[in-house]
Amino acid sequence: MKTLQVDARRLLCPMPVIRLQDSIEPLPVGTEVKIVCTDPGVINDIPAWCRINGHSILKINQQDDEFHITVRKDNDD
Amino acid sequence: MTRKAAALISGGLDSLLAAKAMQQQGIHVEGINFFTGFCVEGHTHAIRKKDKAKPKRNNALWVAEQLGIKLHIIDIVEEYKDVVINPKHGYGANLNPCLDCKIFMVSKAHQWILQKGFDFLVTGEVIGQRPMSQRKETMPIVANESGAEDLIVRPLCAKNLPPTRPELEGWIEREKMFDFSGRSRKPQMALAAEYGFDDYAQPAGGCCFLTDENYSVKLQDLWTNRGAKKYDIDDIMLLKVGRHVRPSQAFKLIIAREEGETRFLSGYRKQFQSIKTVSHAGPLALVEGATLNPEQIRQACAIVARFSKGKQADQVELSFSPANGEPQSLQVKPMPAHEIPQSWYLV
Repeated sequence: MKTLQVDARRLLCPMPVIRLQDSIEPLPVGTEVKIVCTDPGVINDIPAWCRINGHSILKINQQDDEFHITVRKDNDD
Repeated sequence: MTRKAAALISGGLDSLLAAKAMQQQGIHVEGINFFTGFCVEGHTHAIRKKDKAKPKRNNALWVAEQLGIKLHIIDIVEEYKDVVINPKHGYGANLNPCLDCKIFMVSKAHQWILQKGFDFLVTGEVIGQRPMSQRKETMPIVANESGAEDLIVRPLCAKNLPPTRPELEGWIEREKMFDFSGRSRKPQMALAAEYGFDDYAQPAGGCCFLTDENYSVKLQDLWTNRGAKKYDIDDIMLLKVGRHVRPSQAFKLIIAREEGETRFLSGYRKQFQSIKTVSHAGPLALVEGATLNPEQIRQACAIVARFSKGKQADQVELSFSPANGEPQSLQVKPMPAHEIPQSWYLV
């Protein structure tokens, strides 16, 4: 399945979370979304958002000042 | 049948307790958090290097996790402009349109529950807690003007208010709610202890930049010098950052105060004219306003040099860059501190 790419660079929290939330909503369960961010706050906020909404964090990579986070949609409630 | 409620979650103690009180009555609760662009904590932590060591948790997400509920974060930046620019009920001590803000958010939440098939709304409001928006007289105004009417439940002060439809229908019990009033936080802290919450955001205000006097001065300056009450998301972000110095109506300098702010402002160099010291360590500055003429460029560079390590030097080399253009190099004498009138500083 294709991974959806979301660019949230330069956005400050909670905007990256909103971008992820709005991107993931229409997708089928099982879809992976990779979001690229520059606000270090996403390291806490995106995993917290995934926990409360029942999605999985597959990978978090830091490359220089960018954070690359891959999320899998596990819940369609 | 399990009834469903949407709770407005700010991330503070009151909304945490209000939502918990409904869960205690068997209600399925989900949270709504509105993003206006004026929220305080996450942004300043993200921008300023000195704050990097502080935890950067988003309190609304954290509250939702403590409650075990979903949280829907809703971007209202565009629609919220009308609330900030034309508040029907006016501003508070600064540019805070608290009552209009509350009406707007409850209205949006009411539309949300209608769309999603939820039964009622929950807020953490307490009578007498906020001088503008949380008074006994304002509670019916919020309920009426938002359209939520009797579907808005305020569990922390419900016993001081007329019964709502969820109470009259028997979905929730009035006796299991509370009669808090006034600015004291003791009843909330006691209830938090009873519920087993010992870690929560420090309560009572300060979550919105519009309540901040310095921020409001800068926003008013922006409107005055543009000749119109307008803003976009970049404007309201940049008002949170740096030292703002206005030498004339034509332009303003936003001068980074530390490394984190320099990094943040550098993301705007393609949109704004910018100035950076070359011969000495110093801040990055953005120019907000008109395209500068040569005289204004020298004046702006002299001001920026004043905030560099070369402030005592005879000459400082700086680079001035037009928005998305070729930089030019200048040598200027830093402007002495006493030549910068206090009135230029927007604080």
